[in-house]
Amino acid sequence: MTVLAAAAGTGTHLGGAETVVFWILGPIALAGALGMVFSRNAVHSALWLVNTMLCLGVFYVVQQAPFLGAVQIIVYTGAIMILFLFVLMLVGRDSSDSVVETLRGQRVAATVLGIGFAGLVGAGIARATTNLTVTGLNTDQLGGNGNINGIARLLFTRYLLAFEVTSALLITAAVGAMVLAHIEREPGSRRTQKELSRARFLTDRPQTLPGPGVFARGNSVAAPALLPDGRPAEDSLATGIEPQEIEQMPRPTDRAQLGSPDDALGTLDPARDDSPGGRTR
Amino acid sequence: MSVLASADQPTLDDFGHDVWWIVLIKIVGIFALLVVMTLFAIVFERKVVARMQQRIGPNRVGPRGYLQSLADGLKLAFKEDIMPALADKPVYFLAPVIAAVPAFLAFSVIPLGPTVSLFGHRTPLQLTDAPIGVLVVLACSAMGVYGIVLAGWASGSTYPLLGGLRSAAQMVSYEIAMGLSIVAVFLYSGTMSTSGIVAAQAHGTALTFFGAHVTGPSWFAILLPVSFVIYAIAVVGETNRAPFDLPEAESELVGGFHTEYASLKFALFFLAEYINMVTVSSLAATLFLGGWRAPWPISLWSAANTGWWPMLWFFLKVVVALFVFIWLRGTLPRLRYDQFMRFGWKVLVPTALVWILVVATMRTVARSANLATGEAVVYVGIPVAIVLIAALLIGSRASNRSTRLAAREAAAGSIHPTEPEEPQVLPPAGPRRRPARAGGPSRAEGGFPVPPMDLTVPPSPRLRRESVVTGARADGASESGGIVSTGRRGTATAEEDGQ
Repeated sequence: MTVLAAAAGTGTHLGGAETVVFWILGPIALAGALGMVFSRNAVHSALWLVNTMLCLGVFYVVQQAPFLGAVQIIVYTGAIMILFLFVLMLVGRDSSDSVVETLRGQRVAATVLGIGFAGLVGAGIARATTNLTVTGLNTDQLGGNGNINGIARLLFTRYLLAFEVTSALLITAAVGAMVLAHIEREPGSRRTQKELSRARFLTDRPQTLPGPGVFARGNSVAAPALLPDGRPAEDSLATGIEPQEIEQMPRPTDRAQLGSPDDALGTLDPARDDSPGGRTR
Repeated sequence: MSVLASADQPTLDDFGHDVWWIVLIKIVGIFALLVVMTLFAIVFERKVVARMQQRIGPNRVGPRGYLQSLADGLKLAFKEDIMPALADKPVYFLAPVIAAVPAFLAFSVIPLGPTVSLFGHRTPLQLTDAPIGVLVVLACSAMGVYGIVLAGWASGSTYPLLGGLRSAAQMVSYEIAMGLSIVAVFLYSGTMSTSGIVAAQAHGTALTFFGAHVTGPSWFAILLPVSFVIYAIAVVGETNRAPFDLPEAESELVGGFHTEYASLKFALFFLAEYINMVTVSSLAATLFLGGWRAPWPISLWSAANTGWWPMLWFFLKVVVALFVFIWLRGTLPRLRYDQFMRFGWKVLVPTALVWILVVATMRTVARSANLATGEAVVYVGIPVAIVLIAALLIGSRASNRSTRLAAREAAAGSIHPTEPEEPQVLPPAGPRRRPARAGGPSRAEGGFPVPPMDLTVPPSPRLRRESVVTGARADGASESGGIVSTGRRGTATAEEDGQ
């Protein structure tokens, strides 16, 4: 805020601190814009855009519009871009852009048109703002009672209609999205937790279904659980997935393969004979 | 007292004129302060929670265990730094930084005291202030969400992603309630700068109560009680603390968005979380508890609000707020996620909106009726607040009525306390039904399965085998060497022994 105060003291001229801030943050903001366009990863693009928005917020603060700067950071970077990020993250992190051109020559056309548009807008703004008499924001045109009070006065008097119409538009959009995404359910058609629980206890299986792969050699969802006698448990099959037969250990056929119960414990004796259980007969 | 206070009270014009080295001192001071407060808060939390759970808590490292968090921090710094194979490296590296930097930045607008003399310069005990002071804190907390979201995403693993999404959804939701609760303070003090809000709580309104002159309360916590309550609840959700710590519920999950983080990066998240706690506590002290101004009995002392004393009052208030955070953690069970979201959106936000309406009406009425705002608050606002809080209490009691009745009946011994009008015994279903035996109880007792009560234990198979083995040994005991005697080898089957 020292920058702000320094800038405020210099009136309508570009103060020293303001110049420094501009020449530091200007390239950063521009780099953010370019990075957003050229990033392959959508989340990286969003982050570059956040960078540019933050720089713009600081610019607003430096140009004596601290409220606008704070709102830029809170609303745009803090709320809207977070929502963007939510969507991008749920899409998946490896969903980079496809580099296959569906329209022939669109890259060249887009480059030429983009540069041309930027030139037009830049030239127009440059022409419109040369030799413009600059009045600061803290003058009488805002009511003269500070930045926030001035904005509030203008918003709630001269621009009241536009303000209200904009908010109505936003509300309509939000409610519309909710209506479109909403699934109408008949009241009472959805069973409560208690009803579901009671219904489950009236069936043959009050307990949960066995998970896939219990006692089995694979942990895939497609692998059925095994019952203690070695049969696959039908209940453990997942719906919608083709059950796979997991190769089982050969079942022991005679006493030699079965070994004695002590075989499971292993032994430390190297000179153990190969008869099952290591005992002499 | 009032003369002294107004002389020391910094205004917006006092900021931005400091020499560069004073600014540097303030920046370094705030940085050191926040780190020390974090170390303190961790030990304090562990000790207080330990006392609440009948334990002693950390008592080994340093005097009475107070260096425990320092030792933990050093240990964390020397741990191996792990980069997951699937991580998005630049973002994975940036996320903890993005989480920690705004946490430090937010403290720059918190007023720690009045104008003091620092090496011969008169300067306010506050790094900076702006007409939008409090919005800086909100902006910083909005930026802090990025650290969490990006940490979850960049880890390249599902669980951190889900934890990050939940954390972010929670913080964004409760930020709204937090911002709305502060609006009433803005309306009331007429400014958004933190120093201005502290100044607005300097003096209570002079009231005439049946002829007696009373100085009314000046803290916004008392003048705007609904705002204070909403703020207190919202910041607990905002800082992901218990009972709202669902995304990183430590007794249920391995961790939230920071599951894949280790070493210094994890330490940065930890630091950011505790700094956020300190920041919202000091913002609560600034907005609602009179800031650095001395509380009532101390404020009678004329020098209480001058010099460096106010820093003491300020930090006492902050520590009390931190204690409440810890107290909540030690007392309340965790909410379910849907309950938590419903509470935030359907209770906190509408209540805050209604309260803003009430405060705005009060301001207008006070202005048109030519009352001092303090009088309007005391005569209108506090009764309205009492009605509002009473309505919320009655509403919650009414909505919990069935549960309460059920609990009472259950205490009195009822088996089906929730729905007494239903038939008590449900018909048994399916092949579980057996032919009813005389005297035996129904298998499905009230719909719930019970083990057969008339079960007779079959003879142990081991007994039968033992007899077979002894029988076989009677025939060929000499061939098998007579080793089979005791223990597990005694369970050898008849075929084996008879071979």
